[in-house]
Amino acid sequence: MASDPAPLKPQCDEALHEIYHLLSGEIDDAKRQQIAVHLDECAPCAEPYDFYAELRRCVQQRCQDQAPPGLLARIEAALHHEPHA
Amino acid sequence: MADQAKFAELAMEHMSSLYSGAVRMTRNPADAEDLVQETYLKAYRGFGGFEEGTNLKAWLYRILTNTYINTYRAKQRRPDETDLDEVEDLYLYRRLGGLEAARTGRSAEDDLMDLFAEAEVKDAVEQLPDNFRMAVLLADVEGFSYKEIAEIMDIPIGTVMSRLHRGRKLLEKLLYDFAVSHRLAEPVSDTAP
Repeated sequence: MASDPAPLKPQCDEALHEIYHLLSGEIDDAKRQQIAVHLDECAPCAEPYDFYAELRRCVQQRCQDQAPPGLLARIEAALHHEPHA
Repeated sequence: MADQAKFAELAMEHMSSLYSGAVRMTRNPADAEDLVQETYLKAYRGFGGFEEGTNLKAWLYRILTNTYINTYRAKQRRPDETDLDEVEDLYLYRRLGGLEAARTGRSAEDDLMDLFAEAEVKDAVEQLPDNFRMAVLLADVEGFSYKEIAEIMDIPIGTVMSRLHRGRKLLEKLLYDFAVSHRLAEPVSDTAP
């Protein structure tokens, strides 16, 4: 449970500290393996990992904008006027 | 040496991504359109300098970012340095974790997508100070590596990491403030069960 202030082991400390870096693919293979093993056996750490993975997906999906119709044509027309077009 | 004639074919597929990034940076759709067009013109003129086989999207983002900084950022008021000392690790998780547990049978992703509408997430990202916003955008929305972000923003990788650290903390706080102000989450107190 998120509200459960269970005492943390050193591995928990380390795993939780690396959440964002791991989700960004910035952790080397050996360490990633080590954290994966820990998450398999430690629910209190696995939960926030899942949460931040979903948060990342949520922010990614919510921050997409459709380029307005006409922008592509406008850019292509501008490129066409360039010397080497 | 890249082939100029191939430019449109290779580069235009990144337009929606660049446009999304440009809207978050400028916070203004009309400025974003101009910024994207300017980016493509500069990229076209400089395409000879693009090394084939390297990441074209990162190269385009570098031009977009530089153009934004040089042209648009000067127009904006400098945001106050934000005090983030109160924002501890796992800030948002610790505050929304109970909400998640209360909705059994639903995934965390459903919960977060329910909790934060598109306009709110965009708003929160756009409230981040410039440097934090660009780092968070490049890492967490566009998925660039820290090394690529260092090249795009032309800053040391240590600076990328510190901006990300602070930007992500602040984004968590802004999202939590949205959740509370919409009465979707109860403010956390120390005596919560």
